[in-house]
Amino acid sequence: FSGSFGEVYQTFHLSIYMSSNNKFSISPEMATQEVQPNETLSNLKAESDTLKTKLEDERAKLHDVELHQVAEKVDGLGQFIMKTRRTLKGHGNKVLCMDWCKDKRRIVSSSQDGKVIVWDAFTTNKEHAVTMPCTWVMACAYAPSGCAVACGGLDNKCSVYPLSLDKNENLAAKKKSVAMHTNYLSACSFTNSDMQILTSSGDGTCALWDVESGQLLQSFHGHAADVLCLDLAPSETGNTFISGGCDKKANVWDMRSGQCIQSFETHESDINSVRYYPSGDAFASGSDDATCRLYDLRADREVAIYSKESIIFGASSVDFSLSGRLLFGGYNDYTINVWDVLKGTRVSILFGHENRVSALRVSPDGTAFCSGSWDHTLRVWA
Amino acid sequence: MTISTLTRGGAQREQQHCLRKMERVIIAMQDPDIGLKMRNQRLLITVIPHAMTGNDIMEWLIQKYNITDEEAGHLGGLLVQYGYIYPLKEPRSLILRSDDSPYRFQTPYFWTSSRWPASELDYAIYLAKKNIRKQGELVDYEKQNYNLLHKRINHTWDFVVMQAREQIRASKQRRKADRIVLECQEQAYWLVNKPCPGAFDVFDLGPERCNVLNSRVILNRRALVRNRVKSSICLESFMKFCDQYHQHDPIMSGCLPSNPWISDDTTHWTINTDLVGTPTRLRVERWSFSFMELLNDCLGRREFMTYLEKEFSGENLCFWEACEDLRHGESSKIILKVEEVYKTFLSPGAARWVNIDSKTMERTLEGIKQPHRFVMDDAQMHIYFLMKKDSYPRYLKSDLYKNMLSKAIVPQETKKSVFPFMRRQRHSSPSPAMVSQATEDNGKAKGAGPAATNSGTLS
Repeated sequence: FSGSFGEVYQTFHLSIYMSSNNKFSISPEMATQEVQPNETLSNLKAESDTLKTKLEDERAKLHDVELHQVAEKVDGLGQFIMKTRRTLKGHGNKVLCMDWCKDKRRIVSSSQDGKVIVWDAFTTNKEHAVTMPCTWVMACAYAPSGCAVACGGLDNKCSVYPLSLDKNENLAAKKKSVAMHTNYLSACSFTNSDMQILTSSGDGTCALWDVESGQLLQSFHGHAADVLCLDLAPSETGNTFISGGCDKKANVWDMRSGQCIQSFETHESDINSVRYYPSGDAFASGSDDATCRLYDLRADREVAIYSKESIIFGASSVDFSLSGRLLFGGYNDYTINVWDVLKGTRVSILFGHENRVSALRVSPDGTAFCSGSWDHTLRVWA
Repeated sequence: MTISTLTRGGAQREQQHCLRKMERVIIAMQDPDIGLKMRNQRLLITVIPHAMTGNDIMEWLIQKYNITDEEAGHLGGLLVQYGYIYPLKEPRSLILRSDDSPYRFQTPYFWTSSRWPASELDYAIYLAKKNIRKQGELVDYEKQNYNLLHKRINHTWDFVVMQAREQIRASKQRRKADRIVLECQEQAYWLVNKPCPGAFDVFDLGPERCNVLNSRVILNRRALVRNRVKSSICLESFMKFCDQYHQHDPIMSGCLPSNPWISDDTTHWTINTDLVGTPTRLRVERWSFSFMELLNDCLGRREFMTYLEKEFSGENLCFWEACEDLRHGESSKIILKVEEVYKTFLSPGAARWVNIDSKTMERTLEGIKQPHRFVMDDAQMHIYFLMKKDSYPRYLKSDLYKNMLSKAIVPQETKKSVFPFMRRQRHSSPSPAMVSQATEDNGKAKGAGPAATNSGTLS
């Protein structure tokens, strides 16, 4: 036990971190699908590496220009001023998730203490409150009709609460348990109607459920670790969604068949948030590696990285402005960074929260965005 | 899975990235060439070498990363909170003061990443040392921790006290300056790793996550044969999209008459409600951007329906809506809905027969024998593209659309009020839940409130 200051310069010896990079296992699905029974683990690893290199080569062949080069002819963005216009106080602990109602002003938020609150963010009035039987409610979503909310977390379930306006009615009484996973619920979203919910979980899967019956309609296997986020495609055929996980992968899924149709692995750490670009042809991701990245689905590759040396903490939540020109990222160092999607530069940094920003969504009509934080508050910025 | 503070193994991985990055910054700050210039700092009557001021730290960050004062202060503050830099004056206050307050770099031995998780034994020895050196030097929460540890590891308490005494004796033999530095380093380490309850806790990390690597052979094999588009084409489309929607993006271009969140005036929302009498110009323009934009706007969709009915092809849109309702509706109603769709749109002599090519019709009719949620997909897609390629472009050229565009309103921009700090009253709006309940009660649709209330269909 010694620590004289003379060692300050001698001992730049960083400790060896627990390295999980040398171990891996194959999920049952992967092992039995199209893989010869005599392929050993090391053969598979070798083939995987070869394929990966080949894939990178194929992708590179068609990569004839960088995004910021194409964006040179676009005007830069001028002075950018956004301020907190509303602060929603009422949660007794960390805010973990939030979602907007289609009416463009209402919000549902959930927190570590098990409370789910529905607010009229415009007036800052609380309209409904539910206490979940579990702590860490990590996921919440507003139904398209505005008549119900879904939420879940450490209870491994996703439950739907119809919003009753009878002040005396206990919302919890009408609760409907829809999804059941074998680990925590990390994200949930209604599809185009109140009748279906898509969920992602710490058990490594995503799943599609029928709300009325609680029936599992489709499950999505392919992530090798906790799935942390998902987003539904705004596409014409409305059949795909993306997910991001602790295995550093972002996957694109076909809702109908359950197949993973595309996969991207360029992040260096957990992917906390994924969000489609408004046209549906690309998506952005935010990760613990302190970067946000843009992936083009038709080019099948990463096309931009949004990072800065002075940004050290992970991005927890990302969303685009209505035109897709701006990408807002909430970070674990309490700040919100605003990126010029086309030029790749940071346009602004917003201070205000006093702890991690854990959730960030742009409002349905793009007039504002809302951020939720571990400092127990939500803020609406415009 | 637990979020117990005892099992931090998994969380250690999560912290790795930001700690590693912070350490890179710290190492750069101490680089003999490009790093901070350190000097002796006076602390009471002792001189501490290799120290810097808060101001030095700020200046260096501003210069190195080309950031503002505010951001440098924030980043520097985090470096102090995570224990990589500690204050010499007021050591319990882990903040970065941008004045001449003295700071020092923490020795790597005590870096958050090096000695994590903090050992109970080490903590006990530390508290014991403090207690022995100066009775009453332990503050409240330290006293509590001390007592707790005394109970928990009582069996090794003799060892704890012996170690504490030995370390005190060894430190007395050091030069005063060295001894003070050591004590500061150690104290700083424990302030970060065993913070006062209520203070910022660097180990507050959220629920534990796990990670296991996996083979990607299957996925990569499939990916190799995929068709890809050239980057230049893909990226060009982003330029076009951003440009096209620029005026429609309230954060980029503002909105008329004003942004409700900024002015507290909800006019922008009331003139853009779902089924408003006269829509705004921007809204009607947007219908021309893509077929999906037209369909996603209930007013646009209604207009399109009116147009189709004039052309006697309204059944196409009705069919499409019915298929959407089937795909996104309750599982229990699937069989019923498939029957309805067949009767209304597909059966020979149906009231609203849709014109699908024979192959698709054959496939669909076969599929109906075993009805499921996606049984109409092929037919739906056929009709969708028919409308998109044929009816939609003609609609945009039609008088119906042109009239809509010409009578669309362009609201006046609200002049900033003379007294900007006088806040307008913020009016509440009827909850979508209430509007829907009224619909159920009355059995007929009321005028739409802020949210569309047609549950079960696209809005």
